[in-house]
Amino acid sequence: MMTPILSARQITKKFGRVVALDNCDFDLMPGEVLGVIGDNGAGKSTLIKALSGALRPDHGEVRLEGDLVQFHEPLEARRAGIETVYQNLALSPALSIADNMFLGREIRKPGLLGSVFRFLDRTEMESQSRALLTELGLLTIQNIGQTVETLSGGQRQGIAVARAAAFGSKVIIMDEPTAALGVKESRRVLELIRDVQSKGISIVLISHNMPHVFEVASRIHIHRLGKRLCVIDPKKYEMSDAVAFMTGAKVPEGPDFA
Amino acid sequence: MTPGDQDSLAAEHPDDTVASFEEEGNHFSNQVRNWLHQTPAAVPLIVLVISTIVFGLVLGSKFFSPFALTLILQQVAIVGIVALAQSLVILTAGIDLSVGAIMVFSSVIMGQFTFRYGLPVEVSVFCGLFAGTLMGAINGVLVAVVRLPPFIVTLGTWQIFLAANFLYSENETIRGSDIADQAPLLQFFGEKFKIGGAIFTYGVVLMLVLAVVLAYMLRYTAWGRHVYAVGDDPDAAELSGVRTKRVLISVYALSGLICAIAGWVLIGRIGSVSPTSGQLANIEAITAVVIGGISLFGGRGSILGSLCGALIVGVFSLGLRMVGTDPQWTYLLIGLLIILAVGIDQWIRKVAV
Repeated sequence: MMTPILSARQITKKFGRVVALDNCDFDLMPGEVLGVIGDNGAGKSTLIKALSGALRPDHGEVRLEGDLVQFHEPLEARRAGIETVYQNLALSPALSIADNMFLGREIRKPGLLGSVFRFLDRTEMESQSRALLTELGLLTIQNIGQTVETLSGGQRQGIAVARAAAFGSKVIIMDEPTAALGVKESRRVLELIRDVQSKGISIVLISHNMPHVFEVASRIHIHRLGKRLCVIDPKKYEMSDAVAFMTGAKVPEGPDFA
Repeated sequence: MTPGDQDSLAAEHPDDTVASFEEEGNHFSNQVRNWLHQTPAAVPLIVLVISTIVFGLVLGSKFFSPFALTLILQQVAIVGIVALAQSLVILTAGIDLSVGAIMVFSSVIMGQFTFRYGLPVEVSVFCGLFAGTLMGAINGVLVAVVRLPPFIVTLGTWQIFLAANFLYSENETIRGSDIADQAPLLQFFGEKFKIGGAIFTYGVVLMLVLAVVLAYMLRYTAWGRHVYAVGDDPDAAELSGVRTKRVLISVYALSGLICAIAGWVLIGRIGSVSPTSGQLANIEAITAVVIGGISLFGGRGSILGSLCGALIVGVFSLGLRMVGTDPQWTYLLIGLLIILAVGIDQWIRKVAV
């Protein structure tokens, strides 16, 4: 059997008396797009945060390529090759596009200027940002130095996705990447997910949009009441089945759920 | 306008990709707002230049002389330096009410370590600077790690540092003549030098150098970008991989260090070491920062704006005194300026919506 690139076993997270994750399991196979669906409040976002280092589970283990990992902060997960696009985008509105792309991993000028005076190589960061955005064909931004707050929701999303795609080496987690987007922009993000997948990067896609999930996901993880209810193959099930599992109207049974 | 006219207009501007980002840019007020949004130091700079010119026209060469203009610099040096420290903290959407207390306590430590314990003056100065940094770091830890609101933390430490200052110094002032005899280094930043009719102190030079260094750090280093990101949206910054706690502690500690430097300059300015000096420094510094266009909501503004803010206060104080009005008019006008500055900040912020 193949080793999952990212997996979790028995992770639990409580906020006061609310149990957000209840002995939850999770498996992401190499090179796949795993859809994660679940009702509001099922604990999807908490699961993602536990995997990306934004919060620490009370107990349980997370493994990356079979090795036990413990991320204390998002930066550690990023260094290990896990990039996350958060629902609230995690961009700083007052900073420029280029500054945001490289936030937390700035490039400094070579030589003494960089090492002693910590001088940022803004030209390099801007040209790399421009190249990345152009390559992904997501945006037609003229001025890479403009602040993020002057962009539309779709453009901001594009930058967040581009940043993850540019730096994620193993796993990219996307939390509702198409929620704020129009039809055309959503299409581009879905194409982008395929592009990134073809580079051999595994993707976790959390979304409320069933057609989007069914379109790109290789497998679908259904989350209910803080744990994994089941994993289904989108080719074998209808969207209505998935919704029924998600809401508890139907209980999964049969050989697939051994 | 007929549809045909629109077509010909479109033909003249075939490249409309840029315009798509500036839908509202056609209105003059929006253009002004966008420009102010990008250059936060512009408003205070304009106010500074205009007020200088107005006082110059009213008072003539009495005000518009190298002597008077450099006198303003000397008078604002201490508040200016403290305002630089305050700017850093306010950029992170915090506030530091303890800046004045840190400044005075640090100056008292420099003086008492020299005169009470007989330490070499260089060592005492170092201890004073270190104590200031430590006091700032305590604020930083309480804000970043214990997660208490900055206003409450520094309201508390303000009283604590000030009381510690009085208890430790036993309300004792070290006389200026003693300092001049035994430890002239403490008065270094009060020393004057002349360039033509202009008189500068080393304290003024220090204020300008500090402003340039901080402006550089904020604009051209990753740390500076992180300060803005933390002030803008701390959660987003954290998720983007900024170590927000570290950034916050470093900001408060650096603020403490700068306040301690201001304490050293204070000894030069008043000549003696007095535990009762600099009582209004925190309010005056916040005034300078607000007039300087730094947003109290964090993430917006520039250090040069704060410097302008401090200078505006200096120009009004000296100008109105030369005019011979009741000094209360100065406070009244400064109060108006504060409210105007915050109003303009709110207006500029609407560009984001």
